[in-house]
Amino acid sequence: MTASSLTGLTLKGALDGLAAKRFSAEELAAAHLEAIAKANPHLNAYVLETPDQALAMARASDARRAAGDAGPLDGIALGIKDLFCTEGVRSTAASKILGEFVPPYESTVTANLWRDGAVMLGKLNMDEFAMGSSNETSAFGPVTNPWRAEGSNRPLTPGGSSGGSAAAVAADLCLAATATDTGGSIRQPAAFTGTVGVKPTYGRCSRFGVVAFASSLDQAGPIAKTVEDAAILLRSMAGHDPKDSTSLDVETPDFASFVGRSVKGLRVGVPDEYRLDAMPAEIAALWDRGVDWLKGAGCEIKRVSLPHTKYALPTYYIVAPAEASSNLARYDGMRFGLREDGANLTEVYENTRAAGFGEEVKRRILIGAYVLSAGYYDAYYLKALRVRRRIADDFDAAFLEVDALLTPTAPSAAFALGDRVSDPVAMYLNDVFTVTTNLAGLPGVSVPAGLDSSGLPLGLQLIGRALDEGTLFSLAGALEQAAAFRAKPAPWW
Amino acid sequence: MSIDAATVKRVAKLARLAVPEVRLEPMAQELSTIMAWIEQLNEVDTDGVEPMTSCVAARLPMREDVVADGGQPDKVLANAPRRVDNFFVVPKVVE
Repeated sequence: MTASSLTGLTLKGALDGLAAKRFSAEELAAAHLEAIAKANPHLNAYVLETPDQALAMARASDARRAAGDAGPLDGIALGIKDLFCTEGVRSTAASKILGEFVPPYESTVTANLWRDGAVMLGKLNMDEFAMGSSNETSAFGPVTNPWRAEGSNRPLTPGGSSGGSAAAVAADLCLAATATDTGGSIRQPAAFTGTVGVKPTYGRCSRFGVVAFASSLDQAGPIAKTVEDAAILLRSMAGHDPKDSTSLDVETPDFASFVGRSVKGLRVGVPDEYRLDAMPAEIAALWDRGVDWLKGAGCEIKRVSLPHTKYALPTYYIVAPAEASSNLARYDGMRFGLREDGANLTEVYENTRAAGFGEEVKRRILIGAYVLSAGYYDAYYLKALRVRRRIADDFDAAFLEVDALLTPTAPSAAFALGDRVSDPVAMYLNDVFTVTTNLAGLPGVSVPAGLDSSGLPLGLQLIGRALDEGTLFSLAGALEQAAAFRAKPAPWW
Repeated sequence: MSIDAATVKRVAKLARLAVPEVRLEPMAQELSTIMAWIEQLNEVDTDGVEPMTSCVAARLPMREDVVADGGQPDKVLANAPRRVDNFFVVPKVVE
């Protein structure tokens, strides 16, 4: 097979090809490394390429397969978001403050992937500490979306914070990628790049070794080319881990077995409050098409109400910065990462953190410290936690009537790099449809569902009950089949 | 609520972030815009609502209070900005 036909495979197609010995894991890794070397100067999706390690892991995989000892992901070439600590491989969270940090341990999620035979191609770009929706807060500079509007050369954002993961999958620079989602950071970039993104139930994937942003919201998940690929990858990523006290001690189902199952008779809710006044007509039309597709597949569609939806983003912008200001207190320049000099200890702290953190991270640390400070804690932080409960209660009530919810993933298609950096609130609004599930801890999936009039991909989101990813994978599979989304970005890189 | 430059200075001190004088006023305006947008939370009636600190209902797991890991000073110190033997070297704390 040619190199481009290898990188064009789905994860499932590659597993089948490896099993049938049509190509080796080494050939598969080499084809991807070649594609990365050519594309990365233009796309900036990888912040670190690990070709030697990739080829060594691939050769070891070929040896295991030859010995009849292949794991469920054996030989699969993956990109890893730089938020995951990888032992002996620089991990930066795209922040200057971590500098050349080389973790002496492996995150549980990536350890699970290597256990199952996967191969690491490199570390993927992202917004600094996963704080951003456009990849523009990365210390390594933004990722460029492989998609361009028809007739335009203007560089677009791949979304964020998992922009490197989404762009790499869309441009065939890996078979699939790990990502994380605190307010929409898997699903929004998936929608912007025509890929599938899954944020599982809070607690499905261990947070051990994932650089912390907002611990009560952070959750790892896959970005992949198809719903089935995402299901296969999530099964390997997930599982109970004693090193994360919020990791759930529950069985990990064979998620892929749910893809392709009939969705006949499932009740799908369409929340009234997600129909924003300012919603572009194309997004509203796509949402209506999604409803028709699921109806056609035998689902019963119901209108539901989630009355506190509009308060989800402001709640998030209290809860997430509060947790971040606490989590990021560890970056003090003493034990690892950057250290800047100062006249006394306090100045060393202040100078280190001023030099190491980018503007958006500083903004969020200040908001967090403000809402947690004496006199404001009750008015802001406790208030937000109470509204968070209201938002979760809305979902509980809706799920008495329906099995899942269908919404758009993002309020727009990919926008141009530079367009929204000067207006934080406008940037935050990207996550208006995705942030609710993080606050409630629920699983959500973004499925590519169509192109807008300028030829850019748009996604639809499915939200499910806690731990009911199975139903979501069945519905996502039905949407994927009905939408028959096959478009790929035309390579310009 | 509007945030002024003095508040930014105070909060930045709490967060151990050096913010240059010229940035205090612009930062105050940015944060005020964000906090003004957040004010809409006051519209929500939350009387009697228990604050939600976690979306996991499970109880915190317990384990035996024993040493489970350790004895790896080189790994612990591998990323130290400065070290001597098995110690982190930090700025002088006590005069």
